[in-house]
Order: sequence, then structure tokens, then C-alpha cells
Amino acid sequence: MSTQIIKEKKTETASKTTIKISGAEAIIHCLLAEGVDLIYGYPGGAIMPVYDELYKFQDKLTHILTRHEQGATHAAQGYARVSGRVGVAIATSGPGATNLVTGLADAQIDSTPMVCITGQVGSHLLGSDAFQETDIVGISTPVTKWNYQITKASEIPAIMAKAFYIAKSGRPGPVLIDITKDAQFDTFEFSYEKCKGVRSYNPVPKPDLTKISQAAQWINEAKKPFIVYGQGVILGQAENELKELVEKAGIPAAWTILGLSAMDTDHSLNVGMVGMHGNYGPNVLTNECDLLIAIGMRFDDRVTGNLATYAKQAKVIHFEIDPAEVNKNVKADVAILGNAKETLQLLLPKIKENTHEAWHSEFKKKYEIEFNEVIDKEINPTKDGLTMAEVIKEINIASNNNAIIVTDVGQHQMVACRYAKFNQTKSNVTSGGLGTMGFALPAAIGAKMGAEDREVVAIIGDGGYQMTIQELGVIFQHQVAVKIVVLNNDHLGMVRQWQELFFERRYASTVMVNPDFVKIAEGYHIEAKRVSDRKDLKSTVQAMMASNKPYFLEVKVEKEDNVFPMIPTGASVSDIRLK
Amino acid sequence: MEKKWFTISIYSENNVGLLNRISGIFLKRHINIESLNVSKSEIQDVSKFTVVVFMEEELARKVVGQIEKQIEVIKAYYHEDDDTIYQESVLFKIASNLLFDERQIQNIIKDSNATIVTVSRDFFVLAKTGRKHEIDEMYQQLAPFGIMQFVRSGRIAVTKAEMPISSILAAFKK
Ligand SMILES: Cc1ncc(C[n+]2csc(CCOP(=O)(O)OP(=O)(O)O)c2C)c(N)n1
Repeated sequence: MSTQIIKEKKTETASKTTIKISGAEAIIHCLLAEGVDLIYGYPGGAIMPVYDELYKFQDKLTHILTRHEQGATHAAQGYARVSGRVGVAIATSGPGATNLVTGLADAQIDSTPMVCITGQVGSHLLGSDAFQETDIVGISTPVTKWNYQITKASEIPAIMAKAFYIAKSGRPGPVLIDITKDAQFDTFEFSYEKCKGVRSYNPVPKPDLTKISQAAQWINEAKKPFIVYGQGVILGQAENELKELVEKAGIPAAWTILGLSAMDTDHSLNVGMVGMHGNYGPNVLTNECDLLIAIGMRFDDRVTGNLATYAKQAKVIHFEIDPAEVNKNVKADVAILGNAKETLQLLLPKIKENTHEAWHSEFKKKYEIEFNEVIDKEINPTKDGLTMAEVIKEINIASNNNAIIVTDVGQHQMVACRYAKFNQTKSNVTSGGLGTMGFALPAAIGAKMGAEDREVVAIIGDGGYQMTIQELGVIFQHQVAVKIVVLNNDHLGMVRQWQELFFERRYASTVMVNPDFVKIAEGYHIEAKRVSDRKDLKSTVQAMMASNKPYFLEVKVEKEDNVFPMIPTGASVSDIRLK
Repeated sequence: MEKKWFTISIYSENNVGLLNRISGIFLKRHINIESLNVSKSEIQDVSKFTVVVFMEEELARKVVGQIEKQIEVIKAYYHEDDDTIYQESVLFKIASNLLFDERQIQNIIKDSNATIVTVSRDFFVLAKTGRKHEIDEMYQQLAPFGIMQFVRSGRIAVTKAEMPISSILAAFKK
């Protein structure tokens, strides 16, 4: 549909010789040509020409007015993460632009494809501290994959095409395009061509076949091989290849927080999550495997703990698209550059079938320890207070493990990522690298719009909820059928946990005096319930999941519960604490 | 690992804003840039940055990786001093009376192959091009007499080994 318009425009141009359009209109045509039909944003003086065009193109391009520009970026991220497409956010100059920075930084570290467009003061005013002038290109440089300021209308098509290409190719990331107001008003002869490459940019390195053979040999020879997979598997659409490798070679596999949902949670060879609040077995056994196969993950410090003691006994094979990630934190004995789907496809025929049963039983033994010490108490609690994990369990049951779970940041996030079950890829949306509180509510809006036929459940803490609570306005206005679950412990739980464990219980500014969340949701005309008693939990979760409208559920959980296991900062993964 | 002097050479598109991105990579890791020079290169429309830093080789490798990641960077390298042929330029501004009264200064000028750029009533200006230690030495020799102004350029360097930028560019096009 959208490309159609461009073609018509072009032929028109050819026949009538000159059809000139404004820069602002050109931006809309560029978006349509890139297949964009939904954008998030907030208007203001410097971007008004574009908004005026949005008004005219409403039938082809939906604009969602978020209640804050940060919300626009997180919504665009949520949309991108579940749909695999580029998310688009738009804002005015100055404060509008600076409000995008958190979302840009979040998208940058979590490799989310996003294009942000900001208005800018007229080019004759640049550098004069004009009203609402901010050097957003300078400000956003460290948090974007690429950015550019357009000062001439004629630059728009080529730069927009480049922006989309860069955002989605190779290791994806956010791009910011700043457009001066005069460039939006000026007219020029429009034509659009998608970008097929940038001279200095090599998005996907070519795999090295000898290294793949070396990797295959090591995998075939290994007695205790162990796979850790990250979001690179999802971004590279390598889920099937990963599963095939795991099954063929019989290798236990663990996920990083962003790798979660790339493989069925309940797959018998899936052994859990690595990292600070990951599972006991995968963390401890990282220091016992003889071969560590890292696929599309970047050895984040929350995954490795103390690098000096991380997997020292093991050979390391690293499948990675970004050469700068290789040997950055953990030295790879073999690094296989390229897209994970491609490299795993090259590897698979060279892999011998195996089962590694004895090695698997090591993981099972460790799981039993963790189950008895931690998991059982969390999902089948006997004490009065509700636990976060039992709420997640009920959501799993009510959704048949088939919901998209969007989490904010804190204890509830770690609990959700530990206990939520997934049977489809791209179902876990969380702020992993930046750990941005306020992410979940707007990201859930984007996720629901990116996967309308799926259930989207946002799990949020009482702290993070209030950072972007105004986005309830979007949910209400557009009847976005997300399920919002606030796990309310009346504390900034995760910080309180650290205070308890490492700062002698000095709860400095982590006690939250909260408003009546149910009333607030009702104020936005959203159906809302509060559960503070275990006997009401199951039925309320089921009612929530059965609803086809937006729904708010507050669960009053234990105020001072902690998330375990835990690797304290600087400790080794094998020193993971169970209590 | 011991720290050494490294010359980092970056071939890039000639784009506004790239300097900001590149300097940001050093800034984030608290690396002090000893000298920085940006100019045209042997290839049309391709710029070359020459950055001098004192650091561990491991870090140099990682920094080059981060630099190469920037969209407009074609290729980056790091080299030890022995692998490059490099020069820096320097200007000394010195009171004119010293030129006539201090025999020693005349000797320094002769021995160092410095050139006198200009002489006026109040001051004269010496220019010299050379390796870092030669310039350091000349500075040491002149300092006791009093230097009114001293300014030194960024290092420029070519490598002994080949830098196949044209073929890299050709490969990108494919
Ligand atoms: C924007 C932002 N500010 C501060 C933090 C630091 N931080 C991490 S977790 C946390 C507490 C979160 O509390 P809450 O949202 O109530 O969730 P809980 O941990 O109780 O589940 C804080 C303050 C952060 N991650 N993001």
C-alpha cells in the first residue's frame, strides 16, 4: 500500500516534470516507503510542519500521542522488539528532543532498531541559543548508532533511507535524525530509493569457514559443553538453528535476560538463566564446563560476575555479529563473526549427535538444590504474604505460557524473568542493558500494537510504574488491551534488598508511600482490581486474562522479600548465594 | 601489561560530527589524547585521523574496535612507534635579543636543523619538524633562555606496512 503511493508519486513526477513537495511531506513519504504505518510522538513548534502532514495522512500513518516523549521511545522499542520492525518516535526540538535520550540509550545498549525524528530551530538560528534550541545531535551521539542533522529539504530522502538501513542492519540500534524547521518547509523534487549499503559500513561480517570447522571439532570432542544464548539469536532469527544445535549435540543451554524466549522455556535441554539473579546450575556449572559456546550474547558484567574467575577452565567459542564485542570482556578461543542464523547453519552439518547425559544430570542435581532452597518456597509459598513468583505462575497458567511479558526494572523483573514461561520467541520485552525504570508501561503499549493478536502483560514495580504512569492515558484513549500488573511491595524493592544485604538495613529513601493505584486506573476508565489475599489471586488473574480490554491489577506482595539466588557484585558466578 | 605509545590511524568518510563520536570513545574510557590530527588522505573524500595515546596494547585493540564500529569509519589501525614514520611540527617564539646575544641559541638552531620563520624587533620564530624526542630535546635546550610561546602540532604518521584502504572500500561496494 505505502510503496504504491510512492510509485504513483514518481510517475506523476515523470509525466508532469516538476512536482515539488515540502520537506515535511517528504518525511511522511519516506516513512511510508519504509513500510511504517505507526509512529509515536509528541508535537511542538519545531516539528509542526510534520504534524500538519500527519494530519493529512492520518489514513495511512497512525500517530499515537504518548504523554511524554520518553514514553514514545519506549513504545517504539516495545513495538520493535515484538514485531522485528523498526520503531519510530518523533518529537519537537529542545525539551522534546532531550526527553528522548533515555529511550535512545536503552535502545542502543539493547540493540533495538529505532528511528527518532526531532524538529530543530531554523538553520539560520542554529548555534544561537534560540528558543528551544538544543544540540540534540551532540547530546545523542554517545547513545545512537548513528545520527544526522538535516538542514536542506533535498537531503531528506537519502538521509531517511540511510537512517532506516542503519537502524535495522547488522547489529540493530537507534538512529536520530534532526531536521531544521526550514528544511521541513522548503520544497523540492521528491524521489525515494531505499538504501542498500553505506560505503564505510559492513553490517554483517563474513563467516570464516576454518573457524567454523574448528568450533565443530571442539563441540564434537567436548565432554561438558554448555551454550549460553542471548538476544543475537532473536535478532538474527536463528531460533530454529539454535534448537537444532542444542538437540543434535545434546548440549545444555541457558539464556541471558535478553535471550529469554528464543527457545521454549520448558524445553528439556533449556537449563535456565545465567547472571546475577539467574539459576543456580547454569551459573555454577559455567565454571565447570569444558567448552562454553556463547551465541549472540556479549558477556555483560551482570552475566559474568568477576571476570578473573569466569569460565577459566573452558575453551570459549563466541558467535557474534559485532566484531567490537569479541574479546571485549571474555577472551574467545574461537570467534565466529557473522549473523547467528548463517553461522549456525554452516556449523550444523559438521555436528555429531550426542546426548551428554552425565553432564545433564549435573544440571538436574543443581536444579533440585535450587528448587528446594528457593523455587518451591517462591511459587508454592506457605507463609501468608503473597510472593511475586506465585503471581507470575498464575499468569503462566492463565496464558498457557503464551503471553508477551513486558517487565520494568527491579525485583519483579528478575522474578518475572526467572519464573515466566514462554513458548514463542520475541515474547520477553525488558530493559536489560540500561535497566530503565519506567520502561514497561509504554513498552507494553508498543508491544501490543506490534503483536495485536497476542496477550501482552506488563509486570511493573510500584516505583517504576510511577515513572511513566501518565501513559495510562494512551491505553485509555486507544483502548490498548494490555494487562498491567503492579507488584506492589511499597518499596523500591531491589534497592531495598541491596540495602538490607550490603548497607546494614539502612533503608534510605526506598520506602514508598503510594497512592491508590486502583483509583488512578479507574480515573483513566480502565477496569482495575486489587488483590491482597492469596485466595483471590487465581480467579482475578484468570478474569484479567479473559478480558479483551485494558486491565489493571495491583497485587499487594510481601514488603521485604528478596530475590535469590544472587551473585553479589564482584563475586564469581560459582559463588552464587541461595539465601 | 605495560603502557606504550600508540599511533591510532583512522580512515573515515569526511563527515560533520564524526570527531565528536571518536573523541567520545576516548572520553568514556578516560583516555587522554596526547595529540590529534585530522586531514585529507591519499584517497579522495576520505579523511585520516592520527591519534597519539599512551596505553596498554589490550586497551588500544578494544578502542580501535569501538572506533571501527562507527558507521562512517572505514578502517582503524593502531601501531607502535617503530612501525611508523612520524613527524610533529613545532613553533618557538623567543625574544629577539637572545638571537644576537646568546651564542648558544645560534648553535641550537644550527644543530637542530630548525628554520627561522621570521625575525622582528621584539621576537623571532623558530620552526622545527621532527620526532617527538627531538622536539622535546630542543625544548629542553631552549627553555633556560626563556620561551615566549611554544606550540606543537599533532603527530602525522605513515606506516611501514601497507594500509589497503582502497581495496577495503572496493570490498564494501560489493
Ligand atoms: C530510571 C531509574 N532510576 C533508578 C534506578 C535504580 N533502581 C533499580 S531497581 C530500583 C527499585 C525498583 O523499585 P520498584 O519499581 O518498586 O520495583 P521492585 O524492585 O520493588 O520490584 C531502582 C530505584 C533505575 N534502574 N532506573
